[in-house]
Amino acid sequence: MIYVIPVLIILILISAAKNGTPAYQSFIIGAEEGMKTVISILPALIAVLSAAAMLRQSGALDSLARLLSPITDFLQVPSELLPLVLIRPLSGSGAIGLLTDTVKTYGADSQIARTACILCASTETTFYTVMVYFRRTKVKYTKKVLIAAIFGDLVGIFCACRLSKIFF
Amino acid sequence: MNYIWSGIIIISLIFGFINGQLAETLAAGLDGAASAITVLLSFAGIMCFWSGILKIASECGASRICEKLLSPLIARLFPKVRDRGNITMNIIANLLGMGNAATPAGVAAMCELDELNGGKSEPGHEMCRFAVMNTASLQILPTTVIGILAACGAKDPYGIVPCVWISSVLSLCAALIAEEIIYKRSLKK
Repeated sequence: MIYVIPVLIILILISAAKNGTPAYQSFIIGAEEGMKTVISILPALIAVLSAAAMLRQSGALDSLARLLSPITDFLQVPSELLPLVLIRPLSGSGAIGLLTDTVKTYGADSQIARTACILCASTETTFYTVMVYFRRTKVKYTKKVLIAAIFGDLVGIFCACRLSKIFF
Repeated sequence: MNYIWSGIIIISLIFGFINGQLAETLAAGLDGAASAITVLLSFAGIMCFWSGILKIASECGASRICEKLLSPLIARLFPKVRDRGNITMNIIANLLGMGNAATPAGVAAMCELDELNGGKSEPGHEMCRFAVMNTASLQILPTTVIGILAACGAKDPYGIVPCVWISSVLSLCAALIAEEIIYKRSLKK
């Protein structure tokens, strides 16, 4: 990846120059959109990071992980990632908050942090997405969609845990 | 989310009391809130940088290249749909990590699929397929996650990207196959 990213950037900038796209202006517009996303995340991030810190400090998280360890062992999910797995399909900013908390707690180069990142990046806020996409349609029953989507998420979670072991 | 969040805080405080960590628990909560700002600021720049670069990419024809590459696949997945403009735009915006552009196109495409479905209360095959494609989160560069890793001092924040691709594609395939099986079974009934 150390070569792919720079090459990607060069390719994008060269093709912008070739097509006469105003690269700088486009960058500014894009960065502004990025900033909007960042700001929209902030309140939820405060809520989740403080709750997560309290849960950890109080010892409740350890107890919960111990309680659910038979299930997580069966799915081969590290018990540290259980809160993240549970929150991921429900709340996007909540998941970002917990992910940040995980990466900070275990270190950015740890196995747990890498697994958490792959897991978060390869799954989606499933329930929210389905709700938004079907809201303006006449469809009332989304059970079938949710089953398929959740199955996909489970496969994603499983892959994230396996792949991070194989690659790192 | 309301109950989950309140529940977490209540449980934490109760456990903090039992474990004799009540003061520390409260302090940790405030520390967490404070760290939200520093963490967000540290990855805001990285996220904005990549949003900017991807915006240049989408303006200068990356979307057209994607469209060419993807149109046979989209045509196969949605053979009954005549105008696949919104579907294509939604998928490309998702690939380029532009959630703001993906959602409106996606909702519009879903409404078109709804008309095709004849306004039934059960979603049609195409609708399920399209929804599942959106819940699988295919993305060329997971900018948020890269930003968090870089902000926390990872040696190679881009190192996870190949894993993310494999994992996303596999989960998408799994979801599509599951959808296919569920649809076939509902036809038999």
